[in-house]
Parts: sequence; C-alpha cells; structure tokens
Amino acid sequence: MSTTLTKEAPGPVEEPILRKPPTRKRLVPYWLLLPGILWLLVFFALPLVYQASTSVQTGSLEEGFQVTWHFQTYVDAFTEYWPQLLRSLLYAGTATLLCLLLGYPLAYLIAFKAGRWRNLLLVLVIAPFFTSFLIRTLAWKTILADDSLVVDALNALHLLDVTSWLGWTEGERVLATPMAVVCGLTYNFLPFMILPLYTSLERIDGRLHEAAQDLYASPATTFRKVTFPLSMPGVVSGTLLTFIPASGDYVNAELLGSTDTKMIGNVIQSQFLRVLDYPTAAALSFILMAIVLLMVTVYIRKAGTEDLV
Amino acid sequence: MTENTTGGDVRLTGISKTYGSFTAVHPLDLTVPQGSFFALLGASGCGKTTTLRMIAGLEDPSTGTIFLGDRDVTDLPPYKRPVNTVFQSYALFPHMDISENIAFGLRRRGIKSVKKQVDDMLELVQLGDKARHKPHQLSGGQQQRVAVARALINHPQVLLLDEPLGALDLKLRRQMQLELKRIQTEVGITFVHVTHDQEEAMTMADQVAVMNGGRVEQLGAPADLYENPRTTFVANFLGTSNLIEAEVVETGSGSADVVVTAGGGKLRLPGDRCTDAVRQGGKLLVGVRPEKISLAHADDAGSIADGRNRVTGRIVDSSFIGVSTQYVVNSPAGAELQVYEQNVERDARLRPGAEVVLHWNPAHTFGLDAAQDIDAGVETVEDAA
Repeated sequence: MSTTLTKEAPGPVEEPILRKPPTRKRLVPYWLLLPGILWLLVFFALPLVYQASTSVQTGSLEEGFQVTWHFQTYVDAFTEYWPQLLRSLLYAGTATLLCLLLGYPLAYLIAFKAGRWRNLLLVLVIAPFFTSFLIRTLAWKTILADDSLVVDALNALHLLDVTSWLGWTEGERVLATPMAVVCGLTYNFLPFMILPLYTSLERIDGRLHEAAQDLYASPATTFRKVTFPLSMPGVVSGTLLTFIPASGDYVNAELLGSTDTKMIGNVIQSQFLRVLDYPTAAALSFILMAIVLLMVTVYIRKAGTEDLV
Repeated sequence: MTENTTGGDVRLTGISKTYGSFTAVHPLDLTVPQGSFFALLGASGCGKTTTLRMIAGLEDPSTGTIFLGDRDVTDLPPYKRPVNTVFQSYALFPHMDISENIAFGLRRRGIKSVKKQVDDMLELVQLGDKARHKPHQLSGGQQQRVAVARALINHPQVLLLDEPLGALDLKLRRQMQLELKRIQTEVGITFVHVTHDQEEAMTMADQVAVMNGGRVEQLGAPADLYENPRTTFVANFLGTSNLIEAEVVETGSGSADVVVTAGGGKLRLPGDRCTDAVRQGGKLLVGVRPEKISLAHADDAGSIADGRNRVTGRIVDSSFIGVSTQYVVNSPAGAELQVYEQNVERDARLRPGAEVVLHWNPAHTFGLDAAQDIDAGVETVEDAA
C-alpha cells in the first residue's frame, strides 16, 4: 500500500498562501495534458457517442439507419443473448480465478525466492508476447486436439470423466468444450495477472516478514496477515486486467470453442460483421460495459483498495 | 534453585556464522545476565547485528548453541522463541493501525481481549492518542516507540534492539536513549541492544561487548571498558586515547610501577594496568585519555608536581568547544596527542606554536601490547560521529 495520506489523516492541512505563478507557467500542465486528451476524445469519447447513437437507431443497411430512440433494441438484445452474456462472465470469472491461482505462486516466487533468476523469469513471463496472439491460440488447438498427448494423459487419469460429469468437457474430447475456452482465456491473460502481482509483492519490505515471524506468526499466518493483505493492490489490478478483457474476448471461443460455447464477444462480432445489425451489436456492447462497470465498482469497494498497483 | 540464578540468562556457546568463505561471526561465548541492559557495540560489519539475529532466530548459526535460561533454542524458528525484536527500520505493518500493530503478537498467541494491554502499552510509550493512526502518519520517533511497544507487550524473555535509534536525529536519539533506559528499568526485561554509537552504548548499557571483525574484543561495564581497555581497538573506539610507543626499562613485578621510555623521557604506569605478557615484551603502548592530561606552558615546567608523567611538545592546533578546549600537541614521544582542558582558568599563552609540557598522574596510564595496530578503531569513530 502506498504511503499517501488516506482519509484518516488528522485534520485538513492548511495550504500556505502562494503567490500566483505567471500565466504562461500556469498553462504548462494543460499543454502537457493536451495530446492525451485529444487522443481520448478522438479514439474513445467520439466512438462511444457514435456507438451510443447507433444503439438507438433503426433501419437497414440498404435504407440507411436513423436515430429513432428505439430503446427496445436493448431489451430485445438482452432477452435474446443473456445466455451468452452470462456465459462470458462465467468463463471470464473462472479464467480470472485460475490466473490468480496459477499466477500468485509464480509472482511470489519471482519476487521473493528467485534471486539472480528474477529477471530471466520475468522475461519468460512476457516471452509469449513475442508471438502473435492468434498463433498462440491456434497452438492450443493442437495441444487440446483429440488424441493429443495432453488429452490422452487426461483420459488415462480418468480426469475427463470428472470434467465431463461436471459439464466442462464432452466425452473424450477437450477441444470445442467450455474447458478449452477457459484454458485459452487463462493462458492468454496469465501475464496480465502475474505482472501486477509481481510489482505489488516485490514492493513488500522483506523485514515485515521477519517482524511478523518475530511476533509469533508462523509462515502461513505471516502470509495470511501480512503478505496477502499487502499484495491486495496487485490482486485487484491483476484480476481487473484479466477479467475485463476476458469477458469481452471472442478469439478463444471462436478458435477453441463450439457453437455451444459462444461468448458475448462472438455475438457482437457476428452482429457487426456478418448479420450487419449494427444497433443490436452496439446495444450489446453497452450492456456488457454496464455490467462489467457495475461488477468492478462493487469489487473495488469490497476489496477496499484505494490505489491500484 | 539454580534456575533462579540463570533462569533468564541468554547464553551463547561457540556461536559462529559463516557465509560461504566469509566469517561474519567467529565462534563466541557470551552470557547476558537476566534483567540487564546489554549492548553489542561495534562498527558496521563487525558481526553485532548477525549475533542479534541469531538470538532472534532470523539467522541460523553455523556452529554453536543458544540458550535462553536452561532451554536450548538453537533450532527453534523465530515465531517459537520467547524473544522479540525492535528492528532498525521499525518494520511496522503499514496496512494496520497502531493498536493493531501493537496487538499483533498477542493475537498470534490466541489472546482475544487485548484492548487493556494495548492501551497500557500505548500509555507506556506515550502514544495514547495515536491508536487509530497508520504508521506512516507518525514521526520517526513515534514509529520507533510503536516498534518498542509492539515488542514489549509480549513480555519477551529478551528484547532485542537492532540499532533502533539509528534513523533519528541527534537530539531525539538522546531523548529516546533515556526513554528506553526508563522503560527497561520499569519492565525489568533483559535488553540486548546493538549499536555503533559508543556514547549510546555507554549511557544506556550495564554491560558492553565491544565487537570487531566478528569477535568480541572486550566485555565489561562501560566505565571499566573506558578506563581499562585491553586492546588498541577498544581504546580508540570508545572515546579517544593517546597511544605512545615506548620501550620497557623496568618491568617491575606485581603492582609495582612499570617504567618505560618514550621520545627520550621516562613514563611510569601502574603494574596492575598492564598484563605480564605486555610488560615482558620489551615494547609496549602507553595509553592515556585526553581529559586526564593537564597542560602547562614550558616556562612553568618547574611548578609541576614530582612523580607525574611528563611529555614535552608543541601545540599544533586548538579548538574551543565550550566546556573544554581541545589541543593537539606534537611531541618527540608521539605526534598529534590529544588534550582536553576544562575551561576553568584559561592560560592565554596556550596557543598553537607554544611549547608545552603535558603531565598526568601515572595512575591514569595503561599499557597495551605493542604488536597491535596502533590506529585500530580510529577511523570508525569518525565515521560514526
């Protein structure tokens, strides 16, 4: 946690009366902000407004679309595609949890135990980014293909019986099942979990561990009471960086899934590019955004962190 | 009833620590009596902190055994030792407020109702109004007191202090020294205090172990160490000493005076202030503390009482520091001898360039083995100051 003053700070600090700096100097911060603000305006705010207007339009590609304030599109889109929405949140949530379970021990190892291997391990975490996202996801098609080494091994261990029973896989197949999609999501977003976790853990003063152990805390208690609470900023930002893009992802479901594992990203993509029903696609985008925003707000409130990373 | 006499002593037997080929602490035996304020004094890298960390269990000794009372704790992990540490950087938990920090140890031992004890402890360190503050909202001195409270609330058998005052400014440090001493007297727990500040060690501790290069050079009460240093390191590290190389003329015997010559003049020192081995060596180092020396102008040499040790020389530097004036005198016996004169009656003739006679009572003279490095421990004092 940072050392910035929090709400409990004693009394308001009285600002000394400062002489006003010359106008030119006062404008410098605004000039520095300008490129960023322009970028945000052109590539975020304007498209957002454009999408918002699209979502309340009616018409067809041939006749052209008109803004008719047709909010019914939202209701229709939600009624028709809520299973995909729910599935997206479920898959993204599961992948985020898996990322946390896989990433935390690794980040912990790199931060506290790796010694001179630390930099090498960090490079290895980022190394997959040197290959295209698509190629890596396609590679998982081979990894999870029928009769591949992994699937055979899972079969031999009868683990697929369990996952089939849970509905994650189908028979002796892994590809084109929910598990394949979640595996792909987990794999692709793992570095986004590890890096914030690592930064957060790495900043923890090792002497705090010693102090905790000196004060009768066993290693497990030290982790529970000191290390984990202090790594919360990393946990929060890592889960956000994983969950938000994962919930809108469509590549993993497209390449590793089947028609039964379509996520909301796939629906939006096909509405935009194949069905050419722009209003429905835009409305679905906004519904997803609203849900994610709501969940994130509740989550941050619960996690109680004021500073991310 | 033996457990009453050694009940809470900390005993280190043959404790050593090596990192690869580097020996941080050579095998040492040390007993810290129960209820005492014990200081481990030395320059950085002398092994004092490593020794402390081995007592805390944060470092595994390479050889040897650690006893707390009659209990062998060598293989106990830190969280099972009845010992608490005040860390140099305080190591307060930044995500907990002050009272949670202080209650940490009690809670870990499953004590549920901690409020009363925490309040008492906050009172003891005079931070009653800061219970709900976070550590970063406190000043260095306050954080330091929280660190002490967090350790003391557990009533450890031994409290270990790892340079706890190092980060404080001089004035606050002096204040905290008295504060810690007061707390120690109040709670009666054994304190082991690591410091590089000889003044701090001498003002606070009942017993001081001076460490150098991973070894204990000398152990004793502060006054004893100061008056009877046994090595040049202790002589130079604790305060300042004038060490003069001399040839033994009369070895004496028992407590009879040893007579030596240095720079053409004769000096005497009590036989019981140097070991037999030293006086038989032919050569020795004559030591005398600067404040024990009186300074007379060469013209007044005749009025100096008989039987005092005399050294003639010339003042090369003098600095007025209020209560005293510090002179640096070059003489045939040795260069840059230090003399501290109380500013009672100042002799205007004692200026740089003046010919003077240094004289002192032979009883204040000690003899050291001449085979040692005469400057051992000198630079470190300047670094620390």
